[in-house]
Amino acid sequence: MRHFAQPFKRTLAALALLGLALPAMADTTVSDAWVRATVPHQQSTGAFMTLTASTDSTLVGVKSDVAEIVQVHQMTMDNDVMGMKQVQRVALPAGKAVTLDPNGYHVMLMKLKQQVKEGEVVPLTLEIEDARGQKQTVEVKAPVKALTTEMPMHDHQHMH
Amino acid sequence: MTDLLTRRQIMAGISLLGLGALVGCDPRSGGKLDFKYGKDMSNQILGRSFKLKDTEGNPRTLSSFWGTMPMVFFGFTQCPAVCPTTLARAAQIKKLMGRDGGFLKVVFISLDPERDTPEVLDAYVKAFDPSFVALSGTLEETAAAAREFGVFYEKVPAGDSYTISHTSTSYVFDSRGQLRLGLSHSLTAKECTEDLLTVMEVC
Repeated sequence: MRHFAQPFKRTLAALALLGLALPAMADTTVSDAWVRATVPHQQSTGAFMTLTASTDSTLVGVKSDVAEIVQVHQMTMDNDVMGMKQVQRVALPAGKAVTLDPNGYHVMLMKLKQQVKEGEVVPLTLEIEDARGQKQTVEVKAPVKALTTEMPMHDHQHMH
Repeated sequence: MTDLLTRRQIMAGISLLGLGALVGCDPRSGGKLDFKYGKDMSNQILGRSFKLKDTEGNPRTLSSFWGTMPMVFFGFTQCPAVCPTTLARAAQIKKLMGRDGGFLKVVFISLDPERDTPEVLDAYVKAFDPSFVALSGTLEETAAAAREFGVFYEKVPAGDSYTISHTSTSYVFDSRGQLRLGLSHSLTAKECTEDLLTVMEVC
């Protein structure tokens, strides 16, 4: 009996490990997250970061305690007119770094509960959906950078 | 005494005018300028009669900025992308211009007077540079000012709130209030500075 039980237990343990490992495989890493500081009574600001999903995924939502409304917006440039609109989903293709920055998609923190000051840390919860519709959350701690932080332009927007 | 001063002032005025004509600053000719990066707007008449208030409540028009080189930009403080990057670029330009930087007057016109109170506007532009000026007006005055500059803007609903799409060009006038240069959002501070120094050479 013992002879059988031992490998069986091992198999179970291995299966359990696999089970744990599976969700971890559909992983999204977040880097260079930051939030732009505000002046007193300014009601909204932007959060920026780079997301890389290990499998095809979608960013479907963002939450944060610092703001009543958190949305993902897309900025477009058309003939020097800056267009802004809310988007519900941002595709995160497997292995591809997707940048949320002032020149494209970015997170909008609106109706801020208080001033966001340089040097503070803003907690953000990202909702990511994988190709099978499984949702997971990723916690991000975004440092607050100066209001005056300049961002390098995207190359494709640099037209000369 | 008063007569003397007046005469002196007149003489100074005449010689200044003479200088202006010499270097081609004559507004009649339109004085087309050769910019490396920006758009020459010397033949366009924009923004001549806007009337808005600064954050202290003083009425301001284009003539309030005569004698400086006003760089006018429309935006709103809740704008996460173009507005802070354009104002940060303006602060950088001012530094790059060195001693001439004092001549540049950055003017930020709010497209969101409903949310941009004078207090918020003042703190916002001064965070970039204490010399920056913010102007705002009623909804009608804002619309009139934007129309005068050919600036497009529209409110875009975003859930319970809204954001604003708008023209992101910076408009540069010479010291006599003649529109000269349009700077696109995509230009770097260094590129803008080169063109601004061209405006300064002429007027």
